[in-house]
Amino acid sequence: MSTAPSPALIHARGLVKRFGDFVAVDGIDFDVAAGEAFGFLGPNGAGKTSTMRMIGSVSPVTAGTLRVFGLDPATDGPRIRARLGVVPQADSLDLEITVRDNLFIYGRFFDLSAAEARRRADELLEFVQLSERAKDEVEPLSGGMKRRLVIARGLVNEPDLLLLDEPTTGLDPQARHLVWDRLYRLKRRGVTLVLTTHYMDEAEQLCDRLVVMDKGKIVAHGSPRELIDRYSTREVLELRFPADGQPQLDGRLEGLADRVEVLPDRVLLYTGDGEAAIAGVHQRGLQPISSLIRRSTLEDVFLRLTGRSLVE
Amino acid sequence: MNLARAGVVLERNALNYRRTWRGSIIVSFVSPILFLAAMGLGLGSLISHGQHRLVAGYPYLDYLAPGLLAATAMQTAALETMYPILAKLMWDKIYESILATPVRVAEVFIGELSWICVRLLIVTTTFFTVMVAFRVVHTPAGILAIPIAVLTGLAFGGAFMAYSSNQRNDSGFAALNRFVVIPLFLLAGTFFPITNLPAVFQAIAWLTPLAHGVALTRAVTLATPMAPPAALGHLAVLVAYAAVGFVIGRRNFERRLTV
Repeated sequence: MSTAPSPALIHARGLVKRFGDFVAVDGIDFDVAAGEAFGFLGPNGAGKTSTMRMIGSVSPVTAGTLRVFGLDPATDGPRIRARLGVVPQADSLDLEITVRDNLFIYGRFFDLSAAEARRRADELLEFVQLSERAKDEVEPLSGGMKRRLVIARGLVNEPDLLLLDEPTTGLDPQARHLVWDRLYRLKRRGVTLVLTTHYMDEAEQLCDRLVVMDKGKIVAHGSPRELIDRYSTREVLELRFPADGQPQLDGRLEGLADRVEVLPDRVLLYTGDGEAAIAGVHQRGLQPISSLIRRSTLEDVFLRLTGRSLVE
Repeated sequence: MNLARAGVVLERNALNYRRTWRGSIIVSFVSPILFLAAMGLGLGSLISHGQHRLVAGYPYLDYLAPGLLAATAMQTAALETMYPILAKLMWDKIYESILATPVRVAEVFIGELSWICVRLLIVTTTFFTVMVAFRVVHTPAGILAIPIAVLTGLAFGGAFMAYSSNQRNDSGFAALNRFVVIPLFLLAGTFFPITNLPAVFQAIAWLTPLAHGVALTRAVTLATPMAPPAALGHLAVLVAYAAVGFVIGRRNFERRLTV
């Protein structure tokens, strides 16, 4: 269980989501405090999106307790949603109306007057650098622009809590950095961010605290640094061997590192001292075609916890 | 229930319509002109109303036009409730976005149904204008054909929305067109009296809203007398269909969109 200083903006205990016989979320506990950036990290199918949809008060809770702003989504859905911004996984923009009208009409759904909705639409287009596309249709926009427009749409009601489901999946590096920059700015303004991702670098960049989910359960929680310290070593030595060489490694790396992980395409040696490990490898007469010493990342944490890579 | 929010759902459709209304209005004018010219005047010229008196000796054009008005309302309801609804439900995820705001499913449903009302009003008013130009409206009370036709469209609209919100792909729409919309268009009194059908089909025709809508639009534009109980009976069927469609449609929307 992951605790945060009260009052919690989101409070979940024993939260369950079932679809028929399938258990998508299997009894998770967490709290999110105001002003935090909180992440759900996990592979596809871990239950991240189902959790987000329950927090967003669009998907009914199957069992357990969930409070958002201290309110129960089952009875206070519209009041909760009035204070939420949602950036869904799929862009789901309105392709039949213009870029500006997407923001305008969304503001109207939050009971804004037409004048106020127009004012915020223009202000947000500025914020996400889309002002010059205001009168265009949505379809010709690039993936990164669409994503920025969806983020702008999620801000039209000036939310206290922004839910982002895989905010940068499918974007090129430049577009990702622009999105991250805008999210930092929001965080600085005091907006609470809750995001899901299967990119460890995104989680490291954005999240103060995160939980790692696997098969509907939370398998670890903490800050990115804490998780790495707890579940991984300081350094990782990555070795690549010729395609046919790897099977013959049996036991020959033993003792060189705290832990050895043999993946289909490479071997990972978890150690406090990468230089010493590579020296040991050479001493034993092994000849990898490449070697790389790097810092541990959340990907290593995930591999350790679930035995699987995040992005498959 | 917050009707203002349902109103914004309507407003969203109006924003979209602002883009396409010109073409849409032209179609709404041209289509009745073509139908009335071809079927009413062209085909109608082959129909001698000396021997085959259709209704009180009016020319075929005059007989056909109010029937087509009601049938057009049905077709408009079908057009507006099939692809557009499933697209917003499934492909474009418009409803998913709307439901992330304070708007509730019921408000989305009512907003969409209101928009269908608006569309029906536009299409039937355009059609009626063409009828006036063709001089087939025989009494000022004929203008009542507009609200009757809108009601006929609504009698189908809710039920069609209920049907659409159960679809997982668009193949069901071909079936709805083939087995409901087209047979009714051809057989439910638009082109010839239902009494010309075999008894079984007559019974089936009267079970559907279109036959009742046609009976009423025809009575008001031709100014043929209709006994008040009969008129009320026709209206009651239309209202009942609209009400049942509303209840089932709203329930199906709720089921589909709450997961």
